[in-house]
Amino acid sequence: MELLQKLEILADAAKYDASCASSGTTRRNSLSGGLGSTEGSGICHAYAPDGRCISLLKVLLTNACVFDCAYCINRASSNTPRARFTVEEVVQLTLGFYRRNVIEGLFLSSGIIRSPDYTMEQVVRVARSLREEHGFRGYIHLKTIPDADPGLLAEAGRHADRLSINLELPTAAGLESLAPEKSHRRIRHAMAGLRQQIEGAEAARKEARRARPDRFAPAGQSTQMIVGADGADDGAILGTATDLYASYRMRRVYYSAYSPIPEASRLLPPSPPPLVREHRLYQADWLLRFYGFSREEVMAGGQGGMLDLELDPKTAWALQSRASFPVDVNRAPREALLRVPGLGAKTVDRLLAARRHATLRVADLARLRVSLPRVLPFVVLTDHVPRGLEAEGLRRRLLPATAFAALAKPRQMALF
Amino acid sequence: MPAPLLPMAQGWAPPLGVVATLPGPADFPAWRQAARRLVAAGIPPERTEWVVEGELPGLLAEAPPPEAPAKPFSVPRAFLDQAEIAIRHSDPARFALLYALLWRLVQGERHLMQAATDPAVIRLAALAKAVRRDAHKMHAFLRFREVQAADGPRHVAWFEPDHHIEEAEADFFLRRFAALRWSIVTPRRSVAWDGQALAFGPGGRRADVPPDDAMEPLWRAYYAAIFNPARLKPAAMRAEMPRKYWRNLPEAAEIPRLMAEAPRRVAAMVAQAAPNPRPQDRRHLSPHPGATHLSRAMGVAPAMTMPIDAHPDPERALAALREELLARPDLPDFASRATQPVFGEGPVGAALFILGEQPGDEEDISGRPFVGPAGRLLDRALIQAGLDRGQAYVTNAVKHFKFTPTGKRRLHQSPDAGDITYYRPFLAREIAAVAPRLVVAMGASALLAATGRKLPVLKTRGQVVPGLTGPPVFATIHPSYMLRLPDPDAQAEAFQGFVADLLAARGQAG
Repeated sequence: MELLQKLEILADAAKYDASCASSGTTRRNSLSGGLGSTEGSGICHAYAPDGRCISLLKVLLTNACVFDCAYCINRASSNTPRARFTVEEVVQLTLGFYRRNVIEGLFLSSGIIRSPDYTMEQVVRVARSLREEHGFRGYIHLKTIPDADPGLLAEAGRHADRLSINLELPTAAGLESLAPEKSHRRIRHAMAGLRQQIEGAEAARKEARRARPDRFAPAGQSTQMIVGADGADDGAILGTATDLYASYRMRRVYYSAYSPIPEASRLLPPSPPPLVREHRLYQADWLLRFYGFSREEVMAGGQGGMLDLELDPKTAWALQSRASFPVDVNRAPREALLRVPGLGAKTVDRLLAARRHATLRVADLARLRVSLPRVLPFVVLTDHVPRGLEAEGLRRRLLPATAFAALAKPRQMALF
Repeated sequence: MPAPLLPMAQGWAPPLGVVATLPGPADFPAWRQAARRLVAAGIPPERTEWVVEGELPGLLAEAPPPEAPAKPFSVPRAFLDQAEIAIRHSDPARFALLYALLWRLVQGERHLMQAATDPAVIRLAALAKAVRRDAHKMHAFLRFREVQAADGPRHVAWFEPDHHIEEAEADFFLRRFAALRWSIVTPRRSVAWDGQALAFGPGGRRADVPPDDAMEPLWRAYYAAIFNPARLKPAAMRAEMPRKYWRNLPEAAEIPRLMAEAPRRVAAMVAQAAPNPRPQDRRHLSPHPGATHLSRAMGVAPAMTMPIDAHPDPERALAALREELLARPDLPDFASRATQPVFGEGPVGAALFILGEQPGDEEDISGRPFVGPAGRLLDRALIQAGLDRGQAYVTNAVKHFKFTPTGKRRLHQSPDAGDITYYRPFLAREIAAVAPRLVVAMGASALLAATGRKLPVLKTRGQVVPGLTGPPVFATIHPSYMLRLPDPDAQAEAFQGFVADLLAARGQAG
């Protein structure tokens, strides 16, 4: 098979993994040899019409797989065309793309062939060749296989910036019904092992005086859950996510709206969830991690275990918590300002700096490019006191007249 | 005119207007030097005009800035950091904006940079942000083409930045591609790296750079294949990759086709859905998706009806207990949120059976009891009491970590009486298999689990009380109690008391 055809098949097979991050690793450059650099923040070298960033060469080593997970295009029982890269092909594609400045590095995953150890060994060989034979200093993200030999995982961690294992489905029962060969228990066990190695390596490097011990996945671990393929509601999904952040120090939990695949199994829902559901989960995830919200508070803005699709979760929460408002922009503490719909963390910090030297007015908010219709109902300023905070119509006034509201409607796949 | 705060140069009368000429469009050191002199001469912003050498002259009276000895003065770091970046902006008014801000800073507005709602401060931040974004897009969207020269490959790129960032960003490409020989051509500037030094030259034309190279078909194929037609979001794409970049991005030529074909591809996927479950699919169709395969296969009995000694061989009895805890269908809800059950550790026949409450964060991760902060304290106390942890059996009353997530940490949540009751049969089987002489119950939960009674720890400690099953129970505090004491002296005292308890237990166990 031609290389181009393989690339088409093996990139197509990899695209259901949402992660494309290339940030948060150690700083490296090629001034003393090798190829490539990493400088803290990631770089998206292109965007596809699905709105997703393309930062890494994201491919599978092979899309042949002995597992039969119903949600996966590569499952054993699917008729999708199969292909397999050689180690050298992936290495040369990565280096060739990197030299043209189209990628930050490689995200390599694989279907399970023969055994977990055999598959992991192939994946590790690509990373080893890039690092040791070609002095590659760019970003490497490897998908790890839960049951692979600890020695192989240790080597993967030495070469990779990030390792990940996908939880796939938010509940243990959901995973078991759709992916009989996988289990939450084994996946969590593997995540715990990664956390141990990542923290062990960090501690060893802090204590070491001279010869610094090897790093282990300095950009940490991440995971992904598919949204809308099983019956788990948003509350369950965010509950699992908060457990994962707290238990395994995940850098990121990715939410991937279940997307129709060719040859879909009958076990899957006939229509995908609205894309905006995925968006709301990311917003809620952000509120949990950076805005001091608890899962219960975020979910209070929704109904029946689901987030509000028409409004962002902070606005939805605020409408249910009107007693917490209005907030005085000139006096309220940072935590209270962070809870005002329409105020982001950066804006809050600028307001805090500005109010030390002047009292703030509506015009000041306008100059910071804050959306006044969203913010004003919830704040007090020197020249503004909100009215109608109790009003029934507030929700309607806050509904954005944008494409998002339209997107919130469930999608039906049209046949024609 | 207000009196300037800084002394003016002697014997020099300010003209109506001053033109400061800069050698380059983004030359921050030159701007800084000129600005210092203007401040020293007391020339306010409204009488200053800034021009770049070779660009159109200004409207004000031609007069060079005074050659006054510039007296050093200081400005906030935040201003310099932003100004150095903002000066690369293509807005012709940037120099004047910077000088106006500088003027206000030295005229006494020392907190100006914190006045986040001041229009000039906002403008400065906006300019710096635009320059940073332009630089970021250059890092992202610049495309090298590989050219085979007689002496090896060269990498050449054409890029059209909005601002004067070529020289500032050359270092980025140097750090990344020091091993290659490359050049970047823009309409205003060119940068070349020959492996030894960076060289800057005049701008060029797009035609100076080859239109494609050998890997471009592969890259375009990758771009097309990684796109998911079922989630068309072109506005999100354009927000991050505006159209103005498309003409220099080879992959952008694929966009119209990908968007046009997307609906048909999705419809085809839906139509292609497997009409009936194939034989491989059938095994998913379990009638009870909630119950685990393993538990159904094992047909395990509820905890309360377990036989006390299922296996005559104690080692095998412990191993069976461990297996069973992994997959029981009736575990409490919190158990499914833990990583794993944490089982006891130690030799069968150990004289002391040391019992804690439940595993904590580190125990949950490693699967071993007492390896966290409380475990390290226990180890120290055991050594002081002349006991060898390897000779004792160490375990917990509750086998799964019960916690509340808070950000990146898990807060220990005490097990309630129901939790202790649930795990008690497992504990009983564990005690039966190990057959110790004494159970050392540390803390209230352990005491409740081992005796079936709610006993006050601080009053009962040091005493031997009857156990629910088998051996007698010796009560003491839990090591985490010491960790919670705020005062180091109280901690040390509690530690000595704990050691004394362990010594007494050692005596009791003979």
